[in-house]
Amino acid sequence: MTAQSEIAPPRAADPPPTKARRARNQKVRKLTRTDLIVVSVMVAVPTLLVLVLVWFPAVATVVLSFTNWNGIGALSSIKVIGADNYVNVATNYPPFWPALQHNLLWLAVLFVVATPFGMFLAVLLDKEIKGSRIYQTAFYLPVIMSLALVGFVWQLIYSRDQGILNAVLGTQIDWYGDSSINLWAALVAASWKHVGYIMLLYLAGLKAVDPSLREAAMIDGANERQAFFRVIFPVMRPINIIVLVITVIEALRAFDLVYVINKGRNGLETIATLVTQNVVGEASRVGFGSAMATIMLVISSIFVAIYLTIVMREERGKS
Amino acid sequence: MSRPSTEAQYLAGLTPASVAATRLGRRSLLKSAVAGAGLLGATGLLAACGSGGSSTGAAAVANATGPLSFGSNQSDATPKAAYEALVKGFNDPAIQVTTNTVDHNTFQENINNYLQGQPDDVFTWFAGYRMQFFAQQGLAGDISDVWSGIQGDSDALKKASTAADGKQYFVPFDYYPWAVYYRPSVFAAKGYTVPKTLDEYVTLGAQMQKDGLTPIAFGDKDGWPAMGTFDQLNLRINGYQFHVDLMAGKQAWDSAQVKTVFDTWKRILPLHQADSLGRTWQEAAQSLQQKKSGTYVLGMFLGQQFTKGADQDDLDFFTFPEIDSNIGTTAVEAPIDGFMMAARPKNEAAAKKFLSYLATPQAQGVYVKSDPTVVAANSGADTSGYTKLQKKAVEFVAGAKEISQFMDRDTRPDFASTVMIPAIQSFIKNPNDIDGLTKSIESQKKTIFTS
Amino acid sequence: MTDLAVRPARVWPRPPRMLLHAFLVIVSLGWIFPIAWAIYNSFRDYSYTAQNGYVSFGGFTIKNYVNAWTQGDFGIHFWNSFVITAPAVIITLFLACCVGFVLSRFSFKFNLSLLAIFLAANLLPPQSLLIPVYRMFRSIQVPFWLSDSGTLLNSPIGVILMNIAFQLGFCTFVLSNYMKTIPNEIYESARVDGASVTRQFFQLTLPLCRPPLAALATLQVTWVYNEFFWAVVLIQRGDKLPITSSLGNLQGQFFTDYNLLSAGSVLVMLPVLIIFFALQKQFVSGLTLGATKG
Repeated sequence: MTAQSEIAPPRAADPPPTKARRARNQKVRKLTRTDLIVVSVMVAVPTLLVLVLVWFPAVATVVLSFTNWNGIGALSSIKVIGADNYVNVATNYPPFWPALQHNLLWLAVLFVVATPFGMFLAVLLDKEIKGSRIYQTAFYLPVIMSLALVGFVWQLIYSRDQGILNAVLGTQIDWYGDSSINLWAALVAASWKHVGYIMLLYLAGLKAVDPSLREAAMIDGANERQAFFRVIFPVMRPINIIVLVITVIEALRAFDLVYVINKGRNGLETIATLVTQNVVGEASRVGFGSAMATIMLVISSIFVAIYLTIVMREERGKS
Repeated sequence: MSRPSTEAQYLAGLTPASVAATRLGRRSLLKSAVAGAGLLGATGLLAACGSGGSSTGAAAVANATGPLSFGSNQSDATPKAAYEALVKGFNDPAIQVTTNTVDHNTFQENINNYLQGQPDDVFTWFAGYRMQFFAQQGLAGDISDVWSGIQGDSDALKKASTAADGKQYFVPFDYYPWAVYYRPSVFAAKGYTVPKTLDEYVTLGAQMQKDGLTPIAFGDKDGWPAMGTFDQLNLRINGYQFHVDLMAGKQAWDSAQVKTVFDTWKRILPLHQADSLGRTWQEAAQSLQQKKSGTYVLGMFLGQQFTKGADQDDLDFFTFPEIDSNIGTTAVEAPIDGFMMAARPKNEAAAKKFLSYLATPQAQGVYVKSDPTVVAANSGADTSGYTKLQKKAVEFVAGAKEISQFMDRDTRPDFASTVMIPAIQSFIKNPNDIDGLTKSIESQKKTIFTS
Repeated sequence: MTDLAVRPARVWPRPPRMLLHAFLVIVSLGWIFPIAWAIYNSFRDYSYTAQNGYVSFGGFTIKNYVNAWTQGDFGIHFWNSFVITAPAVIITLFLACCVGFVLSRFSFKFNLSLLAIFLAANLLPPQSLLIPVYRMFRSIQVPFWLSDSGTLLNSPIGVILMNIAFQLGFCTFVLSNYMKTIPNEIYESARVDGASVTRQFFQLTLPLCRPPLAALATLQVTWVYNEFFWAVVLIQRGDKLPITSSLGNLQGQFFTDYNLLSAGSVLVMLPVLIIFFALQKQFVSGLTLGATKG
């Protein structure tokens, strides 16, 4: 990539600026009154937005999960019913456990297959090869499509009677409809997009790694694979974490794709589709749906917490 | 929820024996009153007999002016054009109607939020519990005064438009019957006869299989079409009253009666097209159209998969065969589509005037002509342009003793969509665990119907 | 691929390289096949494919594109998408720059927790926030000149706000990391010249952040443009919905024409594709997600 603009970001292995020269150590009290106001506004406006539009609703959802509200009528009509919804979700809602399993399987496939393959492609493309840009574009194309579009594009391939896959294989398999395989079919489509995404993130990370690092390792007698795993990979820690978290979140949020295939039923249940079916549709079981949403929140916050701990440690290490 | 009990009452009252009677009377009345049928004439008449009980008096409705928004879920090209013609036919220079078209799925899925947000003054919806639910939640507007001016709608239709409080919230527009559809040419060529009982149907199915046909086309990818099969079986096995009570949550789903329904279904399931959970009803209908399947249990809308003209003329139906001679085949499923008014419309007078227009046979005639798979709700509608199928549908429904809507219109929407769709799909996948299935449905039903 | 063909004079790459290329060519062809297949069928007549199956050749037409455009009202929906995407991306990037600037330049005690609030918000499942957000938007009254519905429902503003709130975290993270790599000396001299924080921000930081901004803009356009959930639940006027939703209009209630839908999908993809190609040069280089340390 020759596209570095006039001020290229320093390569990773550039000597880090010494602490004394770091701008971030500028003391707040040195700021003038006006500057202080400006700085406060710069932080306050976006923070308020996020707090009001994301965090407040998140808390409200948790609260609603302990009620039997039907989503209609005044807030005063809400009746608190304790943990009933959770008991119901776990014991009296057949799609729930399969959905949870599907999410976990989704996570496993993205994590074990799609993510490493995306990394692998990035490593290959990071070599100075001819036509790298063309390959990149090919792998990236699926990323620019919405998951709904992905689901549709694959429909032309999977369709039982008209799809090209059955035509080529000479089979009569109902790829999207047979509940024993449709999750796998969906996972292929999801991975197709995920690989491009990871490839891109990883490629960006690799570009920031100082080439002299690898050279040094090679001089020390390491082969290419050793150089990558022993030197490059550890250096890419921040990217690795981002990739990990994105993978987890994509798996937990899995929604659009299965929803476009069959509304997330018959083998394609995921937590997100169950939440949607209960909260958005005509059903209006807001309390019940919120309980599942809360479960989703809790699971994702575990990963978010892991992620943040690592990021924060990095941040502290830097300053 | 006090809803179910009254629902049972209203459904029980759907005795369309009156349909035929009113139709004649209505015809002559219409001729003399509207003579040539200018809409302004019809609405003027309406205004004259509107009751003064509501917030908008009859005079206000007659003199309604201003903009009016009309929510439509008809996003397909043909019905969309038909709605445009419908709006154009309103032809009231003082009222400017703007149509807000949202695609069918999105519209239905967001109906709760839609009605609580900024709904259009008039919007499309369905009769039955699905209508009553929103009326009871205060999300739909009382249009009883519009009803006092409606002529040509049977008492049954009026009951289907009435909520628990005895007021009307719905204007019926069209309906279509569920039945067993087939192509007469196929039956003629193979020498099949229309089965009168389930045993005959099963025998016919076996013969069809020998002849290389799929006896019953089937597609349940979207989850709801199979509900129709359940309804048919339940109506034939346990009768109308049990069906209504079951939908209302007053009968147990793990009862012997319901188990019999699933057992019977299990018996005929091998006659159904395989891999149904990955097939849309459209694809299933095409297999009937392509003469690969012998019959299809669906609503008349399956005719939309047939080309107009000769192709559509080679489509006929018979009532779902008798299973229990004590129950017979008197009950028919015929969902009614129509229109409602928002609870707080921006332009109530115009909305009511428009709804009165939508209730007229002329307005319905405009639409029904474009879609020959439904028939006009108003008995005064001109049936001379009807296709053979439409004419048969009118007779079929008129001859029924009881009329049900459809599972997802007759029971609570949350129960239908979050319990019954997964339950029926899992039954189709594994028809062997009927005890476990019905037990699970019943236990989920209890939590929903008591909340 | 073309590079290989165009320069025959070049010394052929060593065998491992050839292998690498062969591998990449095969994989990338496999990768674009589903899209190519959709494009291929988008140019074919429905009745032809209905008769001969999709695995056939012939029946070419551009009618599907014309139909998709008119039937899906693509003109107005493209405009709606623009009205949502452009402000959402610009405001998100600007606000993220603001936060990133403060986070990277000053060491407040709450820096870390602030970053946590932003980042975590990025990761929450949107479905779980729907009902409270919907209620809130319905009750917030705004002037009619801002939204002709009088509330945040049925207005692009509501959708823009949700997109901003959800995307801020990622952008802030990338930008603040990038900004930390800007040498302090630049700011020092500016301060000596008496430049205020505002001036430092607009005249130094923003211009220097062009590479990550270009990269983020590409990603954000893709994400916001493809965002479907909030648009569909917050906007109930068919004529105000963004383009991604008009595919629903093509997916008929009673009849599904895959060729038409393919044409619609290709049309929907086009704008993002154009932006990607326009900004591709800066894309990967700008997205360094902050320099990784050695």
